[in-house]
Amino acid sequence: METYTLIVLLLAATIRVATPLLLAAIAGLFSERAGVIDLGLEGKMLGAAFAAAAVSATTGSVWLGLGAGIATAVLLALLIGFACITHKGNQVVAGMAVTIMVVGLGPTLGLAWFGLGGQTPQLDGAGQRFMGIAWPGAAAAKEMPFPGLLYSELLSGQNSIVYFTAALVPLSAWIFYRTRFGLRLRAVGENPHAVDTAGISVNGLRYQAVVISGVLCGVAGTYLSTAASSGFVRDMTAGKGYLALAALIFGQWKPVPTLGACLLFAFTDALATRLQGVALPVVGVIPVQFILALPYVLTVWLLAGFVGKAVAPRAIGVPYSKEK
Amino acid sequence: MSDDARSATAPGRNSGGAAGAARAPALELRAIDKRFGAVQANRAISFSVAAGSIHGLIGENGAGKSTLMNIIYGFHRADSGEILVHGRKVDITSPQAAIAAGIGMVHQHFMLVENFTVLENVVLGVEGGALLAGGLTAARRELEKLARDYGLAVPLDSMISELSVGLQQRVEILKALYRGAEILILDEPTAVLAPQEADQLFKMLGRLREQGKAVILGTHKLREIMAITDRVTVMRQGAVVAEVMTKETSPRGLAEKMVGRAVLMQVDKCPATPGAALLSVTDLEVRDRLGVPRVKGVSFELRAGEIVGVAGVAGNGQSELLEALAGIRAPSRGEIRLGGRELVREQLDARARRALGLAHVPEDRLRLGVVASFSAEANAMLGYHDRPRYGRGLFLDGVASFAGCEAKMKEFDVRPAQPALRISAFSGGNQQKLVLAREIDADPTVLLVGQPTRGVDIGAIEFIHRRLIALRDAGKALLVVSVELDEILGLADRILVMNGGEIMGELARAEATEEKIGLMMAGVRGEGGA
Repeated sequence: METYTLIVLLLAATIRVATPLLLAAIAGLFSERAGVIDLGLEGKMLGAAFAAAAVSATTGSVWLGLGAGIATAVLLALLIGFACITHKGNQVVAGMAVTIMVVGLGPTLGLAWFGLGGQTPQLDGAGQRFMGIAWPGAAAAKEMPFPGLLYSELLSGQNSIVYFTAALVPLSAWIFYRTRFGLRLRAVGENPHAVDTAGISVNGLRYQAVVISGVLCGVAGTYLSTAASSGFVRDMTAGKGYLALAALIFGQWKPVPTLGACLLFAFTDALATRLQGVALPVVGVIPVQFILALPYVLTVWLLAGFVGKAVAPRAIGVPYSKEK
Repeated sequence: MSDDARSATAPGRNSGGAAGAARAPALELRAIDKRFGAVQANRAISFSVAAGSIHGLIGENGAGKSTLMNIIYGFHRADSGEILVHGRKVDITSPQAAIAAGIGMVHQHFMLVENFTVLENVVLGVEGGALLAGGLTAARRELEKLARDYGLAVPLDSMISELSVGLQQRVEILKALYRGAEILILDEPTAVLAPQEADQLFKMLGRLREQGKAVILGTHKLREIMAITDRVTVMRQGAVVAEVMTKETSPRGLAEKMVGRAVLMQVDKCPATPGAALLSVTDLEVRDRLGVPRVKGVSFELRAGEIVGVAGVAGNGQSELLEALAGIRAPSRGEIRLGGRELVREQLDARARRALGLAHVPEDRLRLGVVASFSAEANAMLGYHDRPRYGRGLFLDGVASFAGCEAKMKEFDVRPAQPALRISAFSGGNQQKLVLAREIDADPTVLLVGQPTRGVDIGAIEFIHRRLIALRDAGKALLVVSVELDEILGLADRILVMNGGEIMGELARAEATEEKIGLMMAGVRGEGGA
């Protein structure tokens, strides 16, 4: 009974951590399957987190905040697109540059507008945050140990972004493998010359992919500042964009395996939080720094062990020009 | 089908009695001009192609064939000039516009997505709706019909990467036909094919001609032009220099027009008098980075005073064999003996092998043969710069290297004879002559040559072949790897044929025929196979 509650709570924490990770990973999936390396994930998320919190705090509407978050991330995505699709710049440099810019710009603007040391005001008014949606009968189900707790803690009570994210994996798999757009997107990441000679615009497709990535990063950033916490704080993405990229590679650039990778990373993260200060048999209490490093150690270990088998989209990172 | 064919080749008859007006050609080019920076790639190109005919477009590398074909397909835009399709002026601004005008193209490098199925590749760009399912079903039906009509059977659900090169090319043709192409352009279609596959391709093109399609065949191989085309346009330095009926010309006549002077098609040589074995290879195995064996247990000997030719379709282990012999790729098994040393076990690198008298003219000149941004002078001593004649101790002797380069340029007729000029400013033929000069100048006992005349114009080919034969007559041992069968037949005294990393057989020059070699290239084991 005790273990059961523990497991349910652990899974609930996993979902909370996995949501922004998965959103960012799917964002990267669209961009990278089209052949554009997405190292700007971190920056786009962070920019969206700031914009969403700022607008939500100012207007009192979290939905306007979401709109601002998406708009900001899309603008940043277009900036990356302009640099490395239109002008064939280096994709890694463009993505990193945007990230570095946002890391500085967010707190600077925050300081200028709100004077709170780079943070946004605390979001606690009505409608300023995404709150959990309780499903009918959730309260009653909580009393019933099994399977009631699963229902009340995992299925019910999540916010709209979590449900959206849950639908996103089958949706993007459907787009990639069942639609014309998906076929062209996969083709442009493998052999843009084939796409061009088939009479389709390579740059047009890549811009669409980059914009989709922007939209999803916008949602991810909004989640961080208006759902997972109540406002923007400096560096609040804390490397989640890079972790998402790792999950994407570990998931071999495919939607369902990427979901698996995100859940695994999120679960270790949740587990690490649980393990803080807990005395384990044989080893005793593990220092908190080691525990917090666990997800990253796992990432390195997994990527070192498995990335050899992952086959990246063939044209990834290569700006397209007609001459080869 | 024969009814269709007849009405298609002579549609003028039943087209409502159009007062006997001559039917407009399927494609007509008028005064096409194209310039890339300082280079005039196409100059006032005009010719027309009738429906139901195969039109050859021949010229040396760099004569402007590919540029012209890419203009017709909308990949490049002409600076000026007109393109008419079935007598109507069209503005081809993009491949999409070309497709809409009924023009299809099979590129030299296939435009296929390797990890897509045949079906997905064919429908890419014409999926027939936002959702794939319906379009794919319709496309499958249409393709099965096309395959029947033209004899173009392809497994629709196989991945492209699983198909042979010949089948991949078939997919490209299907792609064009599926988009309703009436005019089909092929750019060097046989570069990647074994002779038998090329014959199949020609049969297919013949069937397209019967069905009233117009086919443009761009190539630098005279044999193909003679074998299949009806008319031929000859290009030189971006301009049309002749347009003739194929049956009214000869390979020699075409070659002269291509080059602009008389050419010797075959260099004369006396029979070889092989001496002692200078290089012997035993059970050599070479693996690539992924651990896949590319050369599988190859054994042979190279004797003084003979040229051994290695024939095979590109990518059957010849490159890896050459690199393993030259010392730039470590074999996983086997022995290479040269001058009393065993190179593999002793782990002698390329430099040590050079010192033993092994010289190498690599296949990929720009990647392995020269440093493109260096001067001709520097390139003429690369790899030999540490020899005493070029300087002492830490310092190079500029006067000696300049003089050395000048001497090589004179002896090998490298033009322009300017040692200070960057090597990338020279034509392919002149680069190759300089590389050859460098390797021969070191007086090797064994010379390995990969694709001696790739990207080299006909005039220089003759020169290079002469020099290689002279080297043989001087008692050296030569190994020549080439994907050009004519070259192997023209140079080699003994021929090894490779397929899938193995030697399928060995033929003396006297008993070698194109058919025998072709069969071995396709994987049929001959007698005396290792």
